[in-house]
Amino acid sequence: MAGMSLLSSMPELMQTGLRGQSIAPGRARALRLGAVLGFLALWSLVSGVVVVFGLFNPIFLPGPWVVIGALGEMASKGHLWPNVRATLERVAVGFSAGAGLAIGLGLLAGQIRLVRNVLEPVVELLRPIPPLAMLPLFIVWVGIGEGSKVGFITYATFFPMFLTTVHAVRQIDPLLVRAARSLGARPVALFRRVILPAALPEILTGIRLGLALSFFVIVIAEFIGAEHGLGYLINDGRNFFLVPQMLAAAILLGLLGYGGNALVRALERRVLRWQQPS
Amino acid sequence: MDRAARASKIQIQGVSRVFGVAGRPAPALEPVDLEIADRELVCLLGPSGCGKSTLLNIVAGFIPPTAGQVLVNGVPVTAPGADRGVVFQEYVLFPWLTVSQNVEFGPSLRGMAAPERRARGRRYLELVGLADHAEKYPGQLSGGMKQRVAIARALANDPAIILMDEPFGALDAQTREVLQDELSRIQRVEHKTIVFVTHSIREAVYLADRVIVMTSAPGRIKQVFEIDLPEVRDRFAPEFTRYESEITRVLKDEVAKVHV
Repeated sequence: MAGMSLLSSMPELMQTGLRGQSIAPGRARALRLGAVLGFLALWSLVSGVVVVFGLFNPIFLPGPWVVIGALGEMASKGHLWPNVRATLERVAVGFSAGAGLAIGLGLLAGQIRLVRNVLEPVVELLRPIPPLAMLPLFIVWVGIGEGSKVGFITYATFFPMFLTTVHAVRQIDPLLVRAARSLGARPVALFRRVILPAALPEILTGIRLGLALSFFVIVIAEFIGAEHGLGYLINDGRNFFLVPQMLAAAILLGLLGYGGNALVRALERRVLRWQQPS
Repeated sequence: MDRAARASKIQIQGVSRVFGVAGRPAPALEPVDLEIADRELVCLLGPSGCGKSTLLNIVAGFIPPTAGQVLVNGVPVTAPGADRGVVFQEYVLFPWLTVSQNVEFGPSLRGMAAPERRARGRRYLELVGLADHAEKYPGQLSGGMKQRVAIARALANDPAIILMDEPFGALDAQTREVLQDELSRIQRVEHKTIVFVTHSIREAVYLADRVIVMTSAPGRIKQVFEIDLPEVRDRFAPEFTRYESEITRVLKDEVAKVHV
């Protein structure tokens, strides 16, 4: 991944996923389950072939059952949960702060030209810098503790969420505002009852983007000087050549990201009921 | 219709508007003077780009005039307000609200108590024949139904004035006539002061107490027709068609000017 550059085209992809939306839900679920099982089977087959034919040291590519075994072992020894929790807490705090800041400032900048003119050049200057390039600076400034990791997530997730929020407000049909004002809406009511709901769909897309990005950057932050976290597990696995542990942590990250996305999607379905045809 | 005897509700005094197009001033509206009486239905009629929508937007308070002023009840218009309801060609319903929530939007802004507000919303949905669709979202309605909701939403807020900007322009011919009938029926009940922008002569003659024919860009008033027909009108009556052909003749020169 080339950092943020890819993300500009991602909102659309995130709306529909790779599958599109044309297949019936039941059939789609069966297909997805089949695909996952097929992938696990292929993975087992390849690692089995490596073992049987002695192609290379099988320690490089443990099969899925070995990885699941490693997960079970870590869980039973109490190693797993503290690491998952550390990552989750950092993402929760860092992402929430980023979302709060980005949406708050984005709503202001979307509405008030002065704020937009002040913020835009700064954001445009910082945005092209891959956020990962700023990580060592964060460590120098804030130290190697929780602050730099949480702050780094906040920093990295701010930009996509800020920009989608500004865009969400800017693209609101001005006629909606006219209609509301002719019905007697004053600025506060206008904001709460028109601007906010009209901008919400795109803001939620930005939130999903930001959440995905937080799992993306936290791992790397945890590579450097963390004592807990899934990123730490991967780095630790590399130091001690524990490939099953590396894979297990990576898979957990994938599942957490997937879960986060599903959560925001569920929220979207709830608050954007009006968009669904029926 | 003794219009002169009634108080004038809207006074348009020397209102003109110049738009800046690519740094060059383009006059859209030459000074217009017009008085609209209380409970009168006036149609602004003219070819596209004759400034009739511009004039309506100025009365609505959406855009300021370059010169002149609009008085409503003697008070200059400076911003949009709940005293002037607007119905747009594009319906402009709030898509995240249900039909009934859309209709109750104005009353709820004023803090009207829920039971009273609901009753009011229901009454106006019944008036436009959409009581059965109260819980739907605008996205589930046809164009004609959306425009009925928009009319109910404007009426439920009880403005003295309703400004309609080619409200039936996006509808098919049949729906259009049905809604004209409805509007005419509603007006006999509600007695609002209505300014109705259209480019359909037939529509104007069917609805208006007075038809203001405007010239093409820059817009100004070319001729005013008092429509002396009964409240319930017959589109095929000889007097109706006489108005139609008379206005057509006046308007033809203007349309021709646009197309040279």
